[in-house]
Amino acid sequence: MATAPKQPIISIQNVTKRFGAVAAVDNISLDIMPGEFFVLLGPSGCGKTTLLRMIAGFEVPTEGRIVIDGQDMAHVSPNKRPVNMVFQSYAVFPHMTVTENVGYGLRIARVPSSEIKSRVEEALALVKLDGFGGRRPDQLSGGQRQRVALARSLVMRPKVLLLDEPLSALDAKLRAAMQFELADLQEQVGITFVTVTHDQDEALSMAGRIAVINKGLVAQLSTPSDLYEFPANRFVADFIGSVNLFDGRLTVDEPDRAIVDCPEIGRIYLNHGVTGPHDANVHVALRPEKIAMIPEAKGKPTAPECPEGDNIAHGQIRGMSYLGDITIYEVKLDSGRVIRVSRPNLSRYDQEDFTWEDKVWLSWHGSSPVVLQS
Amino acid sequence: MQDWKLNRALFASIASAPTLWLVLFFIVPLGLVWLYSFGTNVGLTEIDISGTFANYARALEPLYLGIFLKSVWIAGLTTVICLVVGFPVALAIVFATPKWRPWLLLGIMLPFWTNLLIRTYALMAVLRTEGFANQTIGWMWDKWSGLMTFAGLQPLGDFTPLPLLYNNFAVVLGLVYVHLPFMVLPLYAALDRLDKSLIEASLDLGAGHVRTLLSIVAPLAAPGIISGIIITFVPALGAYLTPDLLGGTDSQMIANVIERQFKRANDWPFGAALSFLLMYATFIAIAFQAMKSRQAERRQ
Repeated sequence: MATAPKQPIISIQNVTKRFGAVAAVDNISLDIMPGEFFVLLGPSGCGKTTLLRMIAGFEVPTEGRIVIDGQDMAHVSPNKRPVNMVFQSYAVFPHMTVTENVGYGLRIARVPSSEIKSRVEEALALVKLDGFGGRRPDQLSGGQRQRVALARSLVMRPKVLLLDEPLSALDAKLRAAMQFELADLQEQVGITFVTVTHDQDEALSMAGRIAVINKGLVAQLSTPSDLYEFPANRFVADFIGSVNLFDGRLTVDEPDRAIVDCPEIGRIYLNHGVTGPHDANVHVALRPEKIAMIPEAKGKPTAPECPEGDNIAHGQIRGMSYLGDITIYEVKLDSGRVIRVSRPNLSRYDQEDFTWEDKVWLSWHGSSPVVLQS
Repeated sequence: MQDWKLNRALFASIASAPTLWLVLFFIVPLGLVWLYSFGTNVGLTEIDISGTFANYARALEPLYLGIFLKSVWIAGLTTVICLVVGFPVALAIVFATPKWRPWLLLGIMLPFWTNLLIRTYALMAVLRTEGFANQTIGWMWDKWSGLMTFAGLQPLGDFTPLPLLYNNFAVVLGLVYVHLPFMVLPLYAALDRLDKSLIEASLDLGAGHVRTLLSIVAPLAAPGIISGIIITFVPALGAYLTPDLLGGTDSQMIANVIERQFKRANDWPFGAALSFLLMYATFIAIAFQAMKSRQAERRQ
């Protein structure tokens, strides 16, 4: 990415898609760079799949332009676009063998049969399906069928590979393995991947950049860690990972500190300024793993990099959920508000430190809270 | 679900009535006709079941064999036309919006629910010499002729009505009209089951619409195509009313010949033999389909 400014491989310019009165995609503009692993993330019905299908050419934008590799796609049919798609259902042709499936696009492109043979073998090796060429789709597992669909698209050497919920039909273990494998594959072939998913783990683990889509709009476009640590709004904070959200009033906002008064949890101190209107109603997001918890008996703590008395809260444990690597506690604050606190089980006995009804002190670092305007 | 075999009394009480009905009114009469086919006429109403094969031998004479082959030809032509016309219709219904679909299906079913005799007479009204078809063509002919005179050209002369009725053309047209729903419905069922993303995948991989139709849609709809062909061909082969009303002297089909044996010719044994030959041909067609579909199943 250090080289001279690149041309985007896909440029979506003010694209709107209406179905009747409903705008599935509402004036979205974004650029996807060559070689990127780009993810469109959002809840079901947010318009992400519609956007992907418009790139593939299966839906026509109501307004706006889609430019792929410098070429306006307005009047280019799906079979003439330099993109290929891996369908959610994989859409492996059931009446053809694996080899016939993977070679289908090359046969249509009238590639010489000797070249088809070598390219199909190469593609099958790439997705680790060597030796499966003679099988029929019904003799394959779901994961293998997906690899066939991948190979069938990759063999065409497209400029962009579109993947519609590529991992949704796989079981949890296989899904975790495929997340790494897809990322590796993308690096290996150097093709731009554009993936649609509703699964935040999947998006965070694979993507270079993620566009979070909500109600047809881009809620935030950022790298995975920025989305998690610096969400731009309540929707993103809530959608990506687990979060405690508080309503409050921004009372102090200086270049090196800010204070939000939240009735439910007390004074929240930030060791940096926020650019928000003074004395305005804002929201504060605080992730469960960023809250430290100690027993009441150890005495009132002081939060790091905070004035005494700020960024602490008192409460009682109301619920516990032991997940192995972490334990999630539901803590009822003195205000009555229940928040989530997670704690890594660093030793084999850490989960025994706390139990139901324990009174606890909570504290968090001055850099942990995120102030959200919307 | 409870195994019906465990409750024999219940099963017997439910199954006995239809079984009795089938035996009394289907198996027994069919068996009688089968026996007649090996008999000879002795007197006006008496038939001697002599075990002769003479009726079958006569049925294979060139005259009857010719009519039989012609029936196969007409039924075959009907089936092909139904397939060519019905396939795009079925595709159109499958890809219509959900709001339109039931109405389009109704459009296919509606003639199916109308009495065959009424439909056939309606078709006669369209096709006869002074019928609607000839009137329309005649009107257009006159207008065109007038236009040519107006443009200073020779007029076309008088319009001679086209011979649309009482010939093979009318029979095939009538059979296509009657049997089209038989073709469209199984095709629709097969195409509706087809995963639409397979079509999109084919387009995505660079195939045009025609290529997609031939390489993806047609092979996957093959079971529907075959059953459509069978259930169109079998009734078309045994069609009686349509050739009787719409056909001319040379468009007899085998069912018309059979009818004449039982009625005017009063030769029941020969009629029976012809009937059974027709049934055998039908069985062969159905067996062929069963074989094909089992092959297709084994392949999957």
